[in-house]
Amino acid sequence: MAPVLELKGITKRFPGVLANDQVSLTLNKGEILVLLGENGAGKTTLMNILYGLYQPTEGEIWVNGKEIEVHSPTDAINVGIGMVHQHFMLIPVFSVTENVMLGDETTKMGGFLDEQTAATKIKTISEQYGLEVDPSSYVRDLPVGVQQRVEIIKLLYREADILIFDEPTAVLTPQEANELFIIMHELVKQGKSIIFITHKLREVMDVADRIMVIRRGKIVGETTPQEADQEKLAAMMVGRAVELDVHKNEAKPGKTVIQISNLFVLDQLKQIAVDDVSFEIKAGEILGIAGVQGNGQTELVEAITGLRSILTGKIELLGEDIANAKPRHITELGVAHVPEDRQKDGLVLSFPIYENLVLCTYYKPPFAKGINLNYPEIIRSAQHQIEDFDIRTPSAQTNVGSLSGGNQQKVIIARELSRPIQFLVASQPTRGLDVGSIEYIHTRIIQKRDEACAIMLVSPELDEIMQLSDRIAVMYRGKILTILDANEVTKEEIGLWMAGITPDNSSASKESIKLATTDGVQN
Amino acid sequence: MATTVIQRKKVETATPVRRVVMGLVFLALSMLILVLFALKSDPALKTTFVMNPGGIDRGLAPDWVLPGFSTMIVLTVITFLAAVYQIFVGFKKATNVVLGIVVALFIFAFLAWAAEGRSLNLGGMLSGAVLLSVPITLGAFSGVLCERSGVVNIAIEGMMLMGSMVGALVGSVTNSLLIGLIAAILASVLMAALHAVLSIKYKINQIVSGTVINIFATGLTTYISQKILQVNQSLNNPPIFPRLPIPILADIPVIGPILFNQNMFVYAMFILLAVLQISIFKTRWGLRLRAVGEHPKAADTLGINVIRTRYMAVLLGGAVAGFGGAFFTLGSVGRFDKMMTAGKGFIGLAAMIFGNWTPIGSFGAGLLFGFADSIATKLAILGSYIPPQFMSMAPYITTMVVLAGIVGRGQMPAADGEPYVKE
Amino acid sequence: MKNETDKTKPAVSIEEISTNILASATKKKSFWSALVIPGLALLTGLILGALFIIVTSGEVYSAFQISFGSGLATSWEIVSKSYLALFQGAIGNPAAMVQALISGDQLEIRRAFNPFLESLVVSTPYIFAGLAVALGFRAGLFNIGVEGQLFIGAAASTFVGYSIKGLPAIIHMPLALLAGALGGAFWGFIPGWLKAKTGGHEVINTIMMNWIAFRFTEWLLTGPMTRPDSGRMPVSPIIEKSAEIPQFFKQPIRFHLGFFIALGAAGLVYWLLFKTTWGFNLRTVGANPRAAKYAGMNIAKNTILAMSLSGALAGLAGANQILAINRSMAIGLSAGYGYDSIALALIGNSHPVGVVLAAILFGTLRNGATRMMVTTRIPIDIISILQALILMFVAAPAIIRSIYRLKPPKAEDEKAAFVGSWGGK
Repeated sequence: MAPVLELKGITKRFPGVLANDQVSLTLNKGEILVLLGENGAGKTTLMNILYGLYQPTEGEIWVNGKEIEVHSPTDAINVGIGMVHQHFMLIPVFSVTENVMLGDETTKMGGFLDEQTAATKIKTISEQYGLEVDPSSYVRDLPVGVQQRVEIIKLLYREADILIFDEPTAVLTPQEANELFIIMHELVKQGKSIIFITHKLREVMDVADRIMVIRRGKIVGETTPQEADQEKLAAMMVGRAVELDVHKNEAKPGKTVIQISNLFVLDQLKQIAVDDVSFEIKAGEILGIAGVQGNGQTELVEAITGLRSILTGKIELLGEDIANAKPRHITELGVAHVPEDRQKDGLVLSFPIYENLVLCTYYKPPFAKGINLNYPEIIRSAQHQIEDFDIRTPSAQTNVGSLSGGNQQKVIIARELSRPIQFLVASQPTRGLDVGSIEYIHTRIIQKRDEACAIMLVSPELDEIMQLSDRIAVMYRGKILTILDANEVTKEEIGLWMAGITPDNSSASKESIKLATTDGVQN
Repeated sequence: MATTVIQRKKVETATPVRRVVMGLVFLALSMLILVLFALKSDPALKTTFVMNPGGIDRGLAPDWVLPGFSTMIVLTVITFLAAVYQIFVGFKKATNVVLGIVVALFIFAFLAWAAEGRSLNLGGMLSGAVLLSVPITLGAFSGVLCERSGVVNIAIEGMMLMGSMVGALVGSVTNSLLIGLIAAILASVLMAALHAVLSIKYKINQIVSGTVINIFATGLTTYISQKILQVNQSLNNPPIFPRLPIPILADIPVIGPILFNQNMFVYAMFILLAVLQISIFKTRWGLRLRAVGEHPKAADTLGINVIRTRYMAVLLGGAVAGFGGAFFTLGSVGRFDKMMTAGKGFIGLAAMIFGNWTPIGSFGAGLLFGFADSIATKLAILGSYIPPQFMSMAPYITTMVVLAGIVGRGQMPAADGEPYVKE
Repeated sequence: MKNETDKTKPAVSIEEISTNILASATKKKSFWSALVIPGLALLTGLILGALFIIVTSGEVYSAFQISFGSGLATSWEIVSKSYLALFQGAIGNPAAMVQALISGDQLEIRRAFNPFLESLVVSTPYIFAGLAVALGFRAGLFNIGVEGQLFIGAAASTFVGYSIKGLPAIIHMPLALLAGALGGAFWGFIPGWLKAKTGGHEVINTIMMNWIAFRFTEWLLTGPMTRPDSGRMPVSPIIEKSAEIPQFFKQPIRFHLGFFIALGAAGLVYWLLFKTTWGFNLRTVGANPRAAKYAGMNIAKNTILAMSLSGALAGLAGANQILAINRSMAIGLSAGYGYDSIALALIGNSHPVGVVLAAILFGTLRNGATRMMVTTRIPIDIISILQALILMFVAAPAIIRSIYRLKPPKAEDEKAAFVGSWGGK
């Protein structure tokens, strides 16, 4: 029997970039094929070609033994290909039914929507595959996990047989992710075939029937979970044996730099995002905040850096209460902030590098005299920092927007770390960067710690947290569940904490977990 | 990023500020009725409201004579009660409707006071309001069509101006109402096509594109007016759509003369209202249109042609604006004068915002603004000390108040104004 | 991306930076290459304008009925006559200039050189209004309300101009100008404040404020500010002599100090935007408000400040017209400066130097068209059509590039003009 899907020699060239290079792969009926690769390896490009969003430069697509041409999503939908996108393609102000039927509407009397019939069909689908959802509710009111179910229903509604999941777990809690994996197994059992795109090794081992690894646009290997282990996969993914441990010395904690007590913070919707959080960070140590994205980390960081007002509680920096202080005041007290979204918060992309480098200090001597800016000095200082921090750019005049992601992040790191600082808040400092830049930034952060700076590192990447932190706090639904000593805890334990499960009481995973964790809890 | 949607406890911090503020607004209006009108009126005088617009011989109604002072006392009490209820309990979802009623009562009180001891043709005023609301409402409909698809249209004014000029010119040349009307629509569609190409194909800022259309249409129509229409008066003398009483309905007293004894444009406005409201919210076409305006990429991944949908919407919007433009020359004056639309397109834009990007809301706002216009013209006649210019400002001020969120913020299509870039 | 940093190069001079900003490109780009698109846009606009003149001329049709050749000849004759008149009206007639200089007659000389100076007179309000829009763009604000701010500014300076008597000119004229600036600033402040405090979009609010301003000034001119002997005409009293902006020459030349005040304003805006911390604040808030907040800047304050400054410049445009040219206020004050200024701010890339150049272009065209209207009976509104076309071509350079088969620029240079989108995203 022919495979349900075959890609033969797919090549995609963007101006100056070879995104996919002679990629060939097959997908058999009823299997889950994992496409594993780093960010920017070309996974999403490949799938967008398959889904008709891009046109391939070369290559063929075969479905059920027939060559097809996919010029648009309509073509893909017609041959039974469906895709759950990394960022959900849902319209918040539409109901579930409207979202699902959009583009494939059931109508009566020529053109009038027949929501009744559609809703019935949605109910049938959700019962058949265990995808619980209320067709009449509005998408904006649904939690992320349920929104994803709506996305899956959209595909099944169109009777798709080949389902593509693009990094579906990025926004899910471990629990929700597990539910998703159960649904995926149910789908293949009922005859669907799945391509699952990810860069998270643990998930690969959990769900894959077969694994293909893609690197720099090329397929570099194929394996199965039985044959491979995480280290081997990681090596295939990045092209060399990755040193999973960052070299660092034992921390020498000094005096307390920041002390947070009973902090409550609200989000935009006036809901509690940070729920009674207390912790302290000492000079010369790194506190890692682990947790799935969206558990209040963003609001916590914004509260500390003055970007968001707090409800109640105390934030003390070297004894001074900085809760609800102005961001500039906090910066002047020696707080540096590497923001979560560098392009949106950290940089002005249309400004040259030298202006971005003085974004927080432009109003002070030597960069300003009165209200006049001292551009010669600003540029001189920029050239020093470009050298010091190895920012790869044609000149200091280059707009930051035309730099690569790694170099953009280096601009932020240069700006924040070359000031005299006491406390660094680094929020996802390596998101979406290549391995080289990640190593560089990690080294810089450790170096800052060794210079007796207190550091708070927020990251949903467990590996990063494990590598850098001296202590690890796990945040879940706005609360700090526990604070653990990084040397005495395993990744699995933190994974459970992140899912809101206290390892001690969890009978299911008792065997695999050491029980000696609670003495790591502080406060 | 849709990452922070993990369910959280809601904290009830929202104090009922809006409820109380609105209640205070009611209270203020109530007190104004008392202080400005009731206390200044003479209990001996009566106000006569004539209910029949001039030049109408069907559906006649007797005049309506009111004792001015007691009427105003009654109105004060009603609005006062509404204010008290709002402050302490709140009308909740009906708040905006009640606001509308209270404002209407305030205006009524004002009219009753201003015309005290005299007679005021209320029927004529309402009939005039309906007529004045036609171009505003049609302009707003044009905006709704474009903006629901995600294309901002500040060029309604320019499109209407084109429509009215071409309608007059072609109508005069052919001496045909129908051909004139079609030409007006086509001319406006042409402007809309330019707007569409610039903002959809070339992805230039849609406000800039709208500005291009407005400057261009102003220049072109004034040029033609000066060079051709004023030189040769026979080219600026189109026929006018006649009054068209609807059998039976036109004979209903009060309502008949106001709503059912008007010209074709008024009826077309009602029909368009129904057609648009239903097709935008109840049909496949409308669902797709709204999807494209909310989240074009999502629509694209479901096989909906975003670009085509937007072109269609903008061209249709142009057609509606052209129809509205034709009203000026073929439906009302019978001649084109330069800058004839006099900002009605912009009031249409305002009505669309006030109407929360829906046809029905736009229509309501259009009527309200038309009414404000109608009062403004009457104020001069009544010789009141409120300058008519202040009445004409009402639509603009109302819109700014709405935008400021005092009456509850509207829901603009999420992708309004953003060009769709297919990767 | 090259992996080298140029270590040998000395610190870059300020001139280079400003050129960079002017070209708004990352690499050094010559001043002239920034003019290619506007230049071709002007050329294309003139060609299309010529076609339009031909199509709307009755003589052409009758000539084509005689023969094709005669039709072409007539077309050419009309266009060349029109554009010659436009040129002579805008710049002057070189032959007449020479003759006048030879004759030595003062009045003749003034007449011969008047067209050029009159173009600068017409350009002056455009400079102010264009700066107003450009300043807004740089701060991420789309000020469509220049027209209204101009009216209010004009009304304020008119009032100060006629109501205060007996002041020396050295105080009265600046005071009247200041009143104009403050009036405009107030009218800009309102939508700025609304945007900062309630999020109400400034595009809609400024459009609404325009119409409120028209009605309001209409009321002023028929009521509190009406001229007693005007016979119910909506005109204000004539301003005092001491409030007038002085003209440099005798009749008929109206060239006045206002032009240099406008240039001064352009210099001031340039300094403010690109040389000061205030300007850095405004530009950062405009380019990326979230980053501005992160950097500790006060977005609300800067938004309000930018709208007020923009309004002040617009108010100066109105004050300038009253104090130097009109001397009293009437309803038909503005020739659409507000909308045209959007066009010229974009053509000038929201840079003060670009704005001055674009304003002089627009002023020259409009002044020339006045003469063209007299000699060839072509309505002055042809200029609005030209302006719309030029704006269109500058805003969508891809059209110009495909017409003239220019190479497309590198992706990073192809930035949209300094305009935020509707949703403010």
